[in-house]
Amino acid sequence: MAQKIKRLNETPSQTAGPYVHIGCTPSFTGIDVYNNDLGDSMVNANTLGERISITGTVVDGAGMVLRDTMVEIWQADAAGVHNSPQETRGVADPNFTGWGRSSGNAETGQFRFDTIKPGRVASRDGRLFAPHITFWIVARGINLGLHTRMYFAEEVEANAVDPILTRIEHQNRVPTLLAQNDGKGSYRFDIILQGDNETIFFDI
Amino acid sequence: MTKNSGYYHRDRNWHPPAYDEQYKTSITRSPNFAPLSFSTGISEETGPTFNQNILGPLDHDLIQNFAQPGELAIGPRIIVYGRVTDQDGRGIAGALVEVWQANAGGRYRHKKEGYLAPLDPNFGGCGRVITDADGNYEFRTVQPGPYPWPNRANDWRPAHIHFSVFGHAFAQRLITQMYFEGDPMIWQCPIVDTIPSKKAIKTLIAALDMDRTVPMDARAYKFDIVLRGNRQTVFENRLEGL
Ligand SMILES: [Fe+2]
Repeated sequence: MAQKIKRLNETPSQTAGPYVHIGCTPSFTGIDVYNNDLGDSMVNANTLGERISITGTVVDGAGMVLRDTMVEIWQADAAGVHNSPQETRGVADPNFTGWGRSSGNAETGQFRFDTIKPGRVASRDGRLFAPHITFWIVARGINLGLHTRMYFAEEVEANAVDPILTRIEHQNRVPTLLAQNDGKGSYRFDIILQGDNETIFFDI
Repeated sequence: MTKNSGYYHRDRNWHPPAYDEQYKTSITRSPNFAPLSFSTGISEETGPTFNQNILGPLDHDLIQNFAQPGELAIGPRIIVYGRVTDQDGRGIAGALVEVWQANAGGRYRHKKEGYLAPLDPNFGGCGRVITDADGNYEFRTVQPGPYPWPNRANDWRPAHIHFSVFGHAFAQRLITQMYFEGDPMIWQCPIVDTIPSKKAIKTLIAALDMDRTVPMDARAYKFDIVLRGNRQTVFENRLEGL
């Protein structure tokens, strides 16, 4: 009965290189070919939910902040629904894209997203994930885009039962996934590529 | 009826490892810990969509999209085309494909770029296209030149075009590079060589396609892209489409 299924191999990844901004955020580099850079705005005046901002940097193993990175985020809306045709559990807020892209500040390397706090979404077995935002990081020297998740430090109860967070063997590393709120809706989330406090990356 | 019940896991032996000492920048930018493996959920099985109406009329034409009126970018004129599919060969409609590249002399339009080859005032170096209902895409450009880069004492990149691709799910997100058939520099490049197998590297080499070439205008290169596929759970008695 067992049959060998012939499945195509995924196209192999290559580094985004030093000039990813030319292709993905050309306006940021001063190349005015498109009207605007995709992903530079996630919300509008009518978006539902609690407004937040997320800032952070991507840091290498020598403690240097990267200035040639591109960070993308993807998240559910305030009700926990994704603005995507693949979403099966409801219709998302039409005033929220759920997707953001940042090339970081040219001088400081700091990325920033103005978004809303996502609602909880269920895992395949029905358990609820704590509110989280998916991050994807590419840069020169990164051979395969890095996936991780940002969780919210103040969501103590939800985080304590999150199907991913509870599965992490090295519980002392969980804080690398927790963004800290300054109390006014500004969250800080730094991504450490290597070494002390290395961010937990995901093979999803 | 079928339903997506999760994406196939990435074959991490097919992709380049994070750390490769021949590619020096990867040494401090590669995580030391093994990544945490888990199955995709709705957060990764969904993703942003891009409507054709975001595209300008010349977004797919790098020969013209930065050029002064009546002028054109300098270099060998080429068409790059192909199909974006998943691992089961299904065309992916509505996939955003963004490309960027050096000009014909191997120079990028970027303030951190110091190669002595000159800029082309009519070449910006970026383009984008959204696949049609069958997953097909096509853009026009000039063939980029090879360029030297600071790594080992005398490393050169083969001519290449960078690709950023979105599928239907954030789990499919991919950035890669396309190379050109017959280029001897491919086999000397430490970035190409981060990919473990020659078989995998060959899938990044676009073939010259004389049948698709436009006489007296542009040669054509074919580059197909495969994004992750997903398991289909079958409802009722038979697979959809069989
Ligand atoms: Fe390049």
